[in-house]
Amino acid sequence: MSGSAVPTTAAAIANAVRAGEVSAVDVVDAHLAVIDAHEAEVHAFNEVLHDHARATAAEVDRTVAAGGDPGPLAGVPIALKDNLCTRGIATTCSSKILEGWRPPYDATVVQLLAGAGAVAVGKTNLDEFAMGSSTENSAFGATRNPRDTAKVPGGSSGGSAAAVAAGFAPVSLGSDTGGSIRQPASFCGVVGVKPTYGAVSRYGLVAFASSLDQIGPFSATVEDSALILDVIAGHDPRDSTSIPEALVPITPTLGDGVDGLRIGIVSELMGEGIDPAVTARVQAAAEAFEAAGAKVGEASVPAVTYGLSAYYLIAPAEASSNLARYDGVRYGLRVDATADRQGSGPWTTAEMMAATRTAGFGAEVKRRIMLGTYALSAGYYDAYYGKALKVRTLIARDFDAAYEQFDLLLSPTAPSTAFGLGDVSDPLTMYLNDVCTIPTNLAGHPAMSVPFGTADGLPIGVQILAPALGEPTMFRAAAVLEAAVAPLAPTWEVAR
Amino acid sequence: MAEPSAATPAPAEGASLTRDDVAHVAHLARLNLTDAELDLFTPQLAAVLEHAQDVEALDVGDVPPMSHPFPLVNVLRPDEVQPCVDRDEVLAVAPAVEDGRFRVPPILGEEP
Repeated sequence: MSGSAVPTTAAAIANAVRAGEVSAVDVVDAHLAVIDAHEAEVHAFNEVLHDHARATAAEVDRTVAAGGDPGPLAGVPIALKDNLCTRGIATTCSSKILEGWRPPYDATVVQLLAGAGAVAVGKTNLDEFAMGSSTENSAFGATRNPRDTAKVPGGSSGGSAAAVAAGFAPVSLGSDTGGSIRQPASFCGVVGVKPTYGAVSRYGLVAFASSLDQIGPFSATVEDSALILDVIAGHDPRDSTSIPEALVPITPTLGDGVDGLRIGIVSELMGEGIDPAVTARVQAAAEAFEAAGAKVGEASVPAVTYGLSAYYLIAPAEASSNLARYDGVRYGLRVDATADRQGSGPWTTAEMMAATRTAGFGAEVKRRIMLGTYALSAGYYDAYYGKALKVRTLIARDFDAAYEQFDLLLSPTAPSTAFGLGDVSDPLTMYLNDVCTIPTNLAGHPAMSVPFGTADGLPIGVQILAPALGEPTMFRAAAVLEAAVAPLAPTWEVAR
Repeated sequence: MAEPSAATPAPAEGASLTRDDVAHVAHLARLNLTDAELDLFTPQLAAVLEHAQDVEALDVGDVPPMSHPFPLVNVLRPDEVQPCVDRDEVLAVAPAVEDGRFRVPPILGEEP
């Protein structure tokens, strides 16, 4: 260390690096030291990018030394979920089927972060192909929750949530298809944001369910997520689902409060199946909003009760189509060892494809592919997939009706606090973790989880939901909650 | 793997997923399942589909389907040549290549 204190938030780091008060190399080295000391306890990363991070940070420092401005994320260490393509750096989706694959291009978000001066420190672990709610379904082993290493971090972006909670990086990126950013944010006691569908480019995000997937940030503070989202949001001609208009910048209105806003508690998400310790924190959040001048009422979004069923038909259907590309032809694993075939002639391409997929995919990915294939197959399409798409319309309509009465909605993020590793083995029980987060993805709206207290020492997040492009208002509310209950410090602090 | 029947029957009222259904779907998805996997996956997938009965039972009449959050249609760009990913770089990470192309085993099972 050069003797100068290394700040802990992304905002403070960027300010200090831009002003030349601290070097990006010192910031990165301080975070790599925390990673090296504690990564073995957490397993947040599939790969830590020591050399890449130091080289990138040195480049940032050279820009500052030459009188230039590296950008709004100057020298900020960031962890990237390992389903975001990084040129020349392994991108595995925590699957054996992508073993050894190094993408020939960067995801748009990776380019935008680099252009803003951020420093990628590692690729984080996830449930294979982002399918799961605990980060136990990884071909490379489970990630542990830094708040209590006997617990799961949630998932599927569990590595990204754990990296921020541990203090390995002030910010990270995840992806959210049915709650994969917000649920781990709740379990790990950090902020996690699912932006409006189409607000952030999906180019270079390995596809799971294309009509639901969105990339978003994790951070310890509300301001840091706003900072990241302001950098990564925007139209991208390389993503045909990218919305044409840019997101209104969030940071400028972050401190505007909630005075006069109408905020509705989603009554359908406050009852059966939700831990009373969690609903108590949602009520406490409602009181914090009232104390800050908001009008809080009860909102009804009846169709959300069908969200889980519709999601577990739609998402697997899209996944079965998206994952058809893993066939051993163009990238990753190929299984075609003739010796294994007991002398019955050379392998055909079809046999190679089936052998590759059988060896490369884990059990949960196989289940989802089969569920989706079934929902799309002849004779079942109308009863399952077609019906689910209509239910999706009902959910969007019910949200629209609720947003005529309310500016924002409030609910639990997850039904419980973090559960123990290995405690949930039944797939359907695992899927129920997503009951509060799924409706947002089906509607295409933004939502975020904000830490709001603990129960038995484990973090509890509350979810703030907004209509499409409502991020600036949603973040104002998040800042109010953060002012009422201070954010949790990372488990391990960087050396001061 | 047993050759699955070509015609899939329409779902009966409250029909439960069978082991044969799972084997058929696995074949369609190009997955080779062991007997143990079939035994494990059949009740697990049946439970998920049973949960989805609430959707199946719902009267959604003439509600239009929603395949996408926002009605963006026919997204076009100017027809101009743009730089694209380098072919050699793509082929360099492929499992097998030959003469600038992806190489695969025989398609029809004949001698190579």
